[in-house]
Order: sequence, then structure tokens, then C-alpha cells
Amino acid sequence: MFFNEEFETLPREALEALQLKRLKAMVARVEKSVPFYKEALAKAGVTADSIQSLKDLQRLPFTYKQDMRDSYPYNLFAVPMEDIVRIHASSGTTGKPTVVGYTKKDIETWSELMARSFMAAGVHKGDIIHNSYGYGLFTGGLGAHYGAERLGASVIPMSGGNTKKQIMIMQDFGSTVLTCTPSYSLFMAEAAKEEGIDFRDLKLRVGIFGAEPWSEEMRRDIEEKLNLSAVDIYGLSEIMGPGVAIECCQAKKGLHIWEDHFIPEIINPETCEVLPEGQMGELVITTITKEGIPLIRYRTRDITSITYEPCVCGRTHARIARMSGRSDDMLIIRGVNVFPSQIEAILMGVEGVEPHYVLIVERKDNLDTLEVQVEVGENLFSDEIKHLQALSAKIEKQIKEMLGVTCRVRLVEPKSITRSEGKAKRVIDNRNKA
Amino acid sequence: MHVEQISIFIENKFGRLAEVTRILGDAGVNIRTLSLADTSDFGILRLIVNDTEKARTVLKERGFTVSKTEVVAVEIPDRPGGLADILQVLDADGINVEYMYAFVERCGENAVMIFRFDETQKAITTLTSKNFNVLPGNRLYSM
Repeated sequence: MFFNEEFETLPREALEALQLKRLKAMVARVEKSVPFYKEALAKAGVTADSIQSLKDLQRLPFTYKQDMRDSYPYNLFAVPMEDIVRIHASSGTTGKPTVVGYTKKDIETWSELMARSFMAAGVHKGDIIHNSYGYGLFTGGLGAHYGAERLGASVIPMSGGNTKKQIMIMQDFGSTVLTCTPSYSLFMAEAAKEEGIDFRDLKLRVGIFGAEPWSEEMRRDIEEKLNLSAVDIYGLSEIMGPGVAIECCQAKKGLHIWEDHFIPEIINPETCEVLPEGQMGELVITTITKEGIPLIRYRTRDITSITYEPCVCGRTHARIARMSGRSDDMLIIRGVNVFPSQIEAILMGVEGVEPHYVLIVERKDNLDTLEVQVEVGENLFSDEIKHLQALSAKIEKQIKEMLGVTCRVRLVEPKSITRSEGKAKRVIDNRNKA
Repeated sequence: MHVEQISIFIENKFGRLAEVTRILGDAGVNIRTLSLADTSDFGILRLIVNDTEKARTVLKERGFTVSKTEVVAVEIPDRPGGLADILQVLDADGINVEYMYAFVERCGENAVMIFRFDETQKAITTLTSKNFNVLPGNRLYSM
């Protein structure tokens, strides 16, 4: 089942010819309309006309997240603001988010790619899609929403939170498809169980889970507890949002990346050399149809590998492996991007807090947990338990309010956090340990 | 009339309490009485010792977070209702007890209780006006 059979099954040769044509057109556009790229391309000595084959992509400059921050908010936009119909943003590290703008055509493209993704996952018209991705500046909610409508399915715009109500709606409305983060799906199943409701009695058939790294073990657990077929979806706001790549329900082995709109490369993040098929490295994406913010060789920081092997589903588009981590220090906790620097900024805002802290991330019962260890120096200390507990509660509340992440603050003795002479080790991530 | 107490922040880790008492012992500091308040993560050890300054110095040298607090020691008749009587007096005057614990030694026929009040001076005034015997620090340190 395809949403756009012609393009989803385009033979390799035709697909690459289309990519080359679109790449040249995109480079020609940004040369004219984006001063940042005009300069970067000139420096690299590349013009649209000089691009002869897809190999030439390697001559193009990279785009980093920092470039987007430096262009805050609109300086990377390739069209006038009057042509921008939607603005999304990812969470900012030091306060300033990464802003992306979409033209009407960009929204249409995104909706189609999300609709394709739904179809690949085994969703079709007639399905009732329970969308628990957050709506707002975050691209998850609206991305899945528009895709569902484009597909012609019924969409329930739940957004995140309010778990009891989510479960009631799923029961009463007969939801057949669930879209949310993998950890939230298990959280909902647990919450339902406490209410005496078995997810296996619901009508859910397919679950489309993304926005955080998860494992094959977790898939098995979800499929067992929720009695549905669970597929992995990938996306990032800088490129588009959810639906950049998706697993097909037939193979569930790697995520098809929609190559008629994006050109993927895997590079060694240290040396920047392009790696051959099958090797693990950083995913780099070039958008070839985007109008609002076209990006050349965007460094996603996500670690994966790529394969061009034919897939049983018939789609000709390459597949990327599940994301196995990030090449920078960003943490994804229950689908929310968290940088240690953001937590640091909050801690430093609390009077008396010493600049020594460590973040410990674990996965307990399939949910990510974050513990923030804070050293108690003389300025913080009180001989009364209640004052210290109020202090931890205050920090927890601020982190929740500012980052949207629930954490547990643990007060520890001075000097108990290891000091480093080089770059401080602020994060202990125990999630991927076997 | 108040008594000096030192408080030490201790993580709930194996051997930490032992280490504190060992440091004090090695420094020749004698613990007169103590209380330990704890949560699942940490505890606060409160001590009355014979040499507050020395205890503070040696513990801080070893990296512990230490603070000094003023508490009040009161003699209470060692009989049923003795503690209830004193708490009633405090309550009548609107004085809040933050925490309290017992002193290990008796003072003649009386028990000794250590109180931490939100308003130390007011509490001392109330207690003495009701003829409770508030013990000075020097007496306690050497009892």
C-alpha cells in the first residue's frame, strides 16, 4: 500500500536523476536568496551550474545548528515572510530556539510525506488516529495531524499529557492508531492497567513512535503490552518535522528516508569524510524541495548508518538504521531535547548553588528518568530537613517549568561530584547499557 | 541562655556517619548528645559537643558542610505529662517547635530536652517566666 506509488517506488536511476535536478535548482535558489549560503558557497567555490553529479554534493559546505542559531530568527529564510505560512521552533539551548518557516508548498510536502509515512506504517483511510504528540512550536503534533488529514483518516488532536483522559478517549472513540513517544505509550499502558483497563482490549492496531531513541527490546515490550504493530518514525524540525523517515510495517528494518525530497549522507563526525553504505556515522541531510528554509548538508548529530538494499515493501528509498545516539551532548528525555547547559543555567540561578552538578539518566520501567545531583555547600545548608526539601522541590519545579522535563533533584555532599580538569562530565547516561 | 549545636549534612551512604564520629573522636571532641534526621537521600546530624569550634573546624577541613545553630536546653520533670506541660506552655504563646530531641544525661530528678524554635529568644523568655529551668550551654557541654 502506497500513498504515492510512483515516487515511492521510483527506480534508483530515476530517483537519482530527480535528486540531481532538484539539488541544482535548490542551490541556484539559495545562492540568490540567502546571504549565508551565497557566502558559504562562494567560499567553497561551488555554483549551481558547477554541480554535474550527485558526487558534487561532497563539495558543498555543511550547515550546523549553530548557523541556524546565528541566523535567529529569520536570516536563513529563502523566501519573503509574506510567503511563510507557518513557523515552528525547536527548544533553544541558551534561550534562543532554532526557528523554521514553512511556505504553503512546504506544508503540502510535509503533509504528503507524513501521509506516505502513515501508509508505510500500515495506516489507511478509515483509521482513527489518536495523536498524542505535543501540539505547538514542537513539530510533532501538527506534523502528524496534517499528515493524517492528508491521508483522509480521522485524527483526534489529543496532544500530550492528561493520561487518564487519553485512555478514556481511546476507549470511547475506538482509536485504531496511536502516535506518541515510545516511552509515553508504555506509560499510558501502565496507567491504564492501574485503572483496570487492558490496552489489549482497545482497538489500537498500529503505533507510530518517535522523537526519542528506543530499542528493539522496547518495541517488543510495546507490541506485547499494547497489542499493536509498533513502527519507528524519524524527523527533526530543522529538516521538516516527523516523517523525514519511517519504517515500513512489512520489514520493520530501517527507516525509509524520502529521497525525492532529502539527500542523506553518513559522515565521520570527526573527519567529515563521507562513509560507505553500512558504516555508522553522523546523518547529514540536504533538503532539495524545501522553500522556506532549504538546508545544505545539515549536520543532524544523529548517529546511524544507511543501506540502499531493496526492501520487501517495494519502496526504493534508502533506509537509515535506528538512531543510536547523538554526536553532541544533547539528551533526549521522554522526547524532549535537553542540553546540560540549560539545567546548569537554572541551577546557577538558585542562590547558593555551587557550579558542581551531574545529570544521571536512566530508563526505569521503559520511562526515562533524570536525576540532577546538586552539591550542598554552606550557603545552601540548613539544619532543617524541610528547608532542604523545599530547595530540591524548587529546583525540580523550575526545571519542569522551563524545560518541560520532570526530574528528581538529589542533594549530595560537597566534593562528591567528580571534578575534571578538562571538559566536565556532566551527564551519566545509563540508558544504553545492557 | 542558648546552647550551640552544630549540624552536618550527610549523604545516605555507607560509612558516612562512622566517618564523622571518627573525625571528632580523633580530634578529642566529645559528643554530649545527638540527633539524626534523615530522608531517603540525605541526613542531617545535629550534635552538641564539648568543643563546638573545634568540631566545626575539623569537619570543615574534611570537606563536610557544617552549620551552627542556637538551640535551647530545658529541664523537664521526669514524670508522666512532664513534656506535655512544657509543650502546652509553648503552644499557648504561639511558639513553634521546629524539632526536638532528648539529652542523654539526666539532671538530678529531671530529664533534659533540646528544642529548636523558630523564635529562640521569645521561647526562652516564655519558659523562664513559667519557671522552667533553661540550662546554659556551658553547663551542658560539661555535664
